[in-house]
Amino acid sequence: MLELVTFSTLNGVLYGMLLFMMASGLTLIFSMMGVLNFAHASFYMIGAYFGFEISRHIGFWPGFIIAPLLVGVVGALIERYGLRRVHRYGHVAELLFTFGLAFVIEELVSMIWGKAPVDYRPPPSLDFVAFSLFGTTYPAYRIFMLATAVAMFVFLILVLRRTRVGLIIQAALTHPDMVAMLGHNVPRVFMMVFGVGAGLAGLAGVIAGPALVTQPSMAALLGPILFVVIVVGGLGSLGGAFVASLLIGLIQTFAVAINVSLADVIGPTAAGIFGELGRAPLAQIAPVLPYLLLVLVLILRPTGLFGTRES
Amino acid sequence: MSALLDVQDLHAYYGKSHILHGVNFHINAGEIVSLLGRNGVGRSTTIKAIMGDVPPVGVVRFAGRDIAGMKPHQIARLGLGYVPENRDVFPSLTVRQNLLLGQKSARQAGRWSMQDMFRIFPRLEERADTPAGVMSGGEQQMLTICRTLMGDPDLVMIDEPTEGLAPMMVELVGNLLAEIASRGVAILLVEQKLTIALKISHRLYVMGHGRIVFEGSVADFNANASVRQEWLEV
Repeated sequence: MLELVTFSTLNGVLYGMLLFMMASGLTLIFSMMGVLNFAHASFYMIGAYFGFEISRHIGFWPGFIIAPLLVGVVGALIERYGLRRVHRYGHVAELLFTFGLAFVIEELVSMIWGKAPVDYRPPPSLDFVAFSLFGTTYPAYRIFMLATAVAMFVFLILVLRRTRVGLIIQAALTHPDMVAMLGHNVPRVFMMVFGVGAGLAGLAGVIAGPALVTQPSMAALLGPILFVVIVVGGLGSLGGAFVASLLIGLIQTFAVAINVSLADVIGPTAAGIFGELGRAPLAQIAPVLPYLLLVLVLILRPTGLFGTRES
Repeated sequence: MSALLDVQDLHAYYGKSHILHGVNFHINAGEIVSLLGRNGVGRSTTIKAIMGDVPPVGVVRFAGRDIAGMKPHQIARLGLGYVPENRDVFPSLTVRQNLLLGQKSARQAGRWSMQDMFRIFPRLEERADTPAGVMSGGEQQMLTICRTLMGDPDLVMIDEPTEGLAPMMVELVGNLLAEIASRGVAILLVEQKLTIALKISHRLYVMGHGRIVFEGSVADFNANASVRQEWLEV
């Protein structure tokens, strides 16, 4: 039991931090520009593919640095020459633009790298066992992922809290027009935030790719969970996104690990009330839990856990 | 001498509704000018159109440059300051951070320093590290004006600064406007009430139905009771 709790907590926090690397950018972009970026998870995917491609030629570590930067540049260009032009036609047009973009990116990735998963592996330098507990081992690569995610988190907080650019970003989250009229180049700040948000998602892809599966459907698999995270946390709230990321990371990991069904908890009557659902083990219900949470939060607390804005 | 701000035949639209129907006026360097009129005649729209927040149609020249069509941040950087009527403080940021955001860059030495602001309105120093959102309406009004001054504008356009303020705060705002003018900064004061406007203005404009309907000095205005009756009194 202790073993299960330890590993599930580690994995849950790790999964949560990965979610946060994407949700942070997504929620910042949403509060500033008012647009839900459907293509955000696609940046995660191209991060993984760029990392894979670079690691094939010059190794994992150059990819770890270069791939997120490349993804950031791609994101900034998409904002500058795509989204900014679509912006004048309103939010629906922007939404449709990012929606289309997600499919374009998925198709491009399938065309270039094929539909099958690619062989993206952890570097040999991290391919060892970090520790073992009660006979179960924990890979060093996962510790590295966790460390990267935590470092990114600290970096993000420092930039937002301690720098002038961070101050401008915080003000522009709620009052972009006023910030512009004080003489700050808000369109450039938007482009930068979009680029950095894309870059962070790319970094998540680079480190998650070798541990999970790098394939063209990875964006579509993760995208919906990201929306759950930012809605549950409260649209536009960075703190909310952090808590919701960890919450969903832990819920999903524990649900998969714990093999109980409703019948085990409330007895044989469960089958009578819930039918087949009563006998289904929790692991089987796990995928639906985040969406259940989404629906409940929208009904009970539409602003999310930490949100202030109705939407 | 050419005017600091020169507005000719300015039109503006909100969607399909035509708000400004050819507004003409000018402000000279260091001058205090008031733009009066009832609610909804287009005073706020006029300054928003000058700032580029509402797309302007017509000629807007500032310091000899045609600024119609420029982006708001570019216009602000030319030395045009704007203080909105809804006291847009950044509520979650501290008073100090709000003031810092008024500066256009980290290394900017202008006419005004943070110390000046604290001297003019000591309350800002007392509350320097509290979130701006928890201050009173009057304090927020002073903060918004001070924030704009931190950007060292040559002309500040202030929209209804005394709206809903207690008499004591109105006096403080009036003193601040006088201090701004004493440093050679021009002011465009948009008001509905005449309290401060008649006391400090060099010239007045009165707006009605999206146009300028009166232009003159305070003496001209006082001598012309029908203007007040027709365009200002409710």
